[in-house]
Amino acid sequence: MTEKHLSSQFDDDLTHVSSSLMKMGGIVEAQVQRAISALAGFSVTIAQEVIGQEEQVDVLEVEIDRALTTVVARRQPAARDLRFLLAMSKITTNLERAGDEAHKVAKRVISIVESGEARQMPIGDLRVAAEMASSLIHRALDAFARLDVAEALGICREDDLIDREFKGFTRKLVTFMMEDPHTISTSLDLLFIAKAIERIGDHAKNIAEFIIYIVKGMDVRHSALAQVEANL
Amino acid sequence: MKTSALSGANANTSTPVAKMSVRALNFYYGKFHALKNISLDIPEHCVTAFIGPSGCGKSTLLRTFNRMFELYPDQRAEGEILLDGENLLTSKQDVALIRARIGMVFQKPTPFPMSIFDNIAFGVKLFEPLSGIDLEERVEWALKRAALWDEVKDKLAQSGASLSGGQQQRLCIARGIAIRPEILLLDEPCSALDPISTARVEELISELKKEYTVVIVTHNMQQAARCSDYTAYMYLGDLMEFGATEQMFLKPSRRETEDYITGRFG
Repeated sequence: MTEKHLSSQFDDDLTHVSSSLMKMGGIVEAQVQRAISALAGFSVTIAQEVIGQEEQVDVLEVEIDRALTTVVARRQPAARDLRFLLAMSKITTNLERAGDEAHKVAKRVISIVESGEARQMPIGDLRVAAEMASSLIHRALDAFARLDVAEALGICREDDLIDREFKGFTRKLVTFMMEDPHTISTSLDLLFIAKAIERIGDHAKNIAEFIIYIVKGMDVRHSALAQVEANL
Repeated sequence: MKTSALSGANANTSTPVAKMSVRALNFYYGKFHALKNISLDIPEHCVTAFIGPSGCGKSTLLRTFNRMFELYPDQRAEGEILLDGENLLTSKQDVALIRARIGMVFQKPTPFPMSIFDNIAFGVKLFEPLSGIDLEERVEWALKRAALWDEVKDKLAQSGASLSGGQQQRLCIARGIAIRPEILLLDEPCSALDPISTARVEELISELKKEYTVVIVTHNMQQAARCSDYTAYMYLGDLMEFGATEQMFLKPSRRETEDYITGRFG
């Protein structure tokens, strides 16, 4: 946050928490990207790397929450400081969950590979959606670092595209399963992967909404995008 | 005034009735212009807090409400302070009667040099012909309202000065409410108190607003956040922003207010 407090220790505390959050965000972003690579190449090795990163994320989540609690207890923050701290707590939760979704993708990739049916599956569209979700996480972190409301709105808009991709992909999978019932088990794995990707997009959107809350003080959750844009 | 009187109030609650209305109030210490065109409504049965840095005019504004400034030469107020439609500044009413309707408690506890009982009874007797059991009942009522009764009921004949600072301040609040004012003005009532006494006084404030309209000046912003319904932020004699406390501490409209509340004021 720009503009300094009279207490430089307060500034240091806030900077420390937001740096930890960016660090956590970096790891989650890498997890998501690796999960996509694991999917694209049906690579068990990469999938296991994704799973291995989860602990780091969990440790940071706990550390950030502890730091946030300390700042609240010691500083009794108000106005934009309070919004900033509350939003960071929520953003941390969303990042951790996005990491969990990457973890789910990785596990399903391993399951598909083990089934031996990997190569037949229609994952082209899914990769497109996955790249979009990964890009949204990246942009959400970037928008948080710059407290960029315009970018946050852009992220909310694009999440709708991922949701549409998800629906389209689900329809395709149903057709695929009807044509060849032997693929049902693997198709279900893919369905879970698609859902995880869709959720990653949702978490990026949630982060974007909290950026708007920090800057504008408006709670835009569960509001129609057009309405949010009109109110800003 | 930069923000209209009660329009910035919490949209979730209906707008309360104004007990007192300040209109275009200017105040001067000699040539020094200390309050600049202040207009605001003090909502009835609510706690209104005035916050702002030293010298911003918050105590001055409070002291105009019961014409306390008239004790000093060279101090004058222009404009209107309306209580039930009557401008207090030009009222022909006895100033003592005005102060009986608008009580005040000061920063430092100011017990009279007399017994705990008489500290309360003294003011009551000036305005009401109470005596004997009626007077005793009134004293007990006031001390109970001020959450002090249990601590002093067995030593009412002792000097008010024998009490602790926190007790003395509650004694002054009891004295203030004993004559049943309509408005209670509190000028930094907790600045000389420890946290426990402060918590007691704050608890008392939230009780008192059921029957009175309370206006509190405080340097402690968290105190304003804790115990007020409306908050006015003042700076250099201007009313910068006035609104529902919740809004003022979460998303004030003005950048200046936010900077002060978050400790960025320099």
